Amino acid sequence: MKPSLLLSAWFIARKDLAIEFRTRTAFLAVLVFAVLGIATFYFAWDATAVAAIDLAPGVLWVIFTFSGLLSLQRSFGVELADRAMDALLLAPIDREAIFLGKALANLLFVAGILVVTVPSVALLYNLPLGRTLPILFAIALIAAIGLVAVGTLFSAMAANTRLAELLLPMLSLPFFVPIVYGAAQTTSMLLAGRPVAEAWPFMKILIAFDLVFLTACTLTFPYILEE
Amino acid sequence: MTTRALPDDADAASPASMGAASRPLFDWLFGVAVLAMVAAFVRAVYFTPIEALQGAAQKIYYVHVSAALSAYLALGIVALMSIVYLWLRDERADRLAESAGEVALVFLTAVLTTGPLWGKPIWGTWWTWDARLTLTLFLWFLTAGYLVLRGAVDDPSMRARYSAVIGILAALLIPFIHLSVYLFNTLHPKPILLKPDKPSMPNEMVVTFVGFFIACALLCVALIRARYRYGVARDVVRAMDAAEEGGE
Repeated sequence: MKPSLLLSAWFIARKDLAIEFRTRTAFLAVLVFAVLGIATFYFAWDATAVAAIDLAPGVLWVIFTFSGLLSLQRSFGVELADRAMDALLLAPIDREAIFLGKALANLLFVAGILVVTVPSVALLYNLPLGRTLPILFAIALIAAIGLVAVGTLFSAMAANTRLAELLLPMLSLPFFVPIVYGAAQTTSMLLAGRPVAEAWPFMKILIAFDLVFLTACTLTFPYILEE
Repeated sequence: MTTRALPDDADAASPASMGAASRPLFDWLFGVAVLAMVAAFVRAVYFTPIEALQGAAQKIYYVHVSAALSAYLALGIVALMSIVYLWLRDERADRLAESAGEVALVFLTAVLTTGPLWGKPIWGTWWTWDARLTLTLFLWFLTAGYLVLRGAVDDPSMRARYSAVIGILAALLIPFIHLSVYLFNTLHPKPILLKPDKPSMPNEMVVTFVGFFIACALLCVALIRARYRYGVARDVVRAMDAAEEGGE
């Protein structure tokens, strides 16, 4: 009997997370990269000219986007070894389920990155997070959904091309612009102590982006895998 | 690599390749488009009054807006042909999308070059992160990414599917970039001609602009057509090469 779409997606996600949990190499490497990136930004910063509170949202979202790209790269990269992709295609599940499963695993992966990068930025740039922390995580999660939806699709594409490492950022970054813009603006408003309602127009863009691209990427994904 | 069959070897040449070879060398549409562009330039430079406030710099408007509209036309073809390809799986749709994508990049480059040339004397700056400028810059990035992707996939059907998916997703992305950037303030002039009420330009300038736009659109179509023909010829040669290698 064929398992339902969401159940088979969960199987795929569990498989990816199990591989990651047993090897632990990529996650730790991406975390080190993220913290290293945050620290490197410090050296390009003139603290007397720009206040930490103005710079930090940009640092957070640029580093998060780049770490996300690194982790997305391996999402379909791992399937190339031993032609594991062929076995995945033979599995009696829908192609959409493969996409949703991969995207779910990637979402949990980048959520793990967020759990480390947000406090790191707060710590190293001395930000007053306090009560804004839960809402900041909520916005980050909304932004991460859109990022992962587009990134997972492009990772599947880039894995099959020459120039894979170059092509993924080149294709993805224009798509991340509305996400980075919305998330960074919302973050800086929250850090400045402004009411959440003021950030609502940006959050609306983020939510609409998630809905449109999660749907579009799920629907176009089967065209990527055709043989 | 094996040597290719000589053109006069009637047995080796497929009917399609003979069709390609018997096509006249002169591309009449391209010739007409080039003449129209020359005429439009001459009219814009010598036979159109100089604008009172901006001086000669205003004449860039004719090139800039015509190139922008032509780029939108080409990008529209890319998006439309991407959908058509995934629907009908017709390789002609893919080839047309490829040709229009390359031509769109040329026109977008013209827009992004003429814009700053006008901006420096009028705004006092080459570039500003204005809504329309940002949107055009990202259209350029998306088009460039689209073409790089095409170059990075060897299998023709995979290339066609991948680029069609990117073409469709990019069309969905444009409203989002548009929305994001319109939350910025804009410095860019509002539409002068294409607006509901009367154009805020004297008639002579309107005529120059319309003539320029027609010439530019004609050039755009002629370039896409020429590029499409090149694509057909290239694919015929590749098919012949593949057939020869397979036959030995």
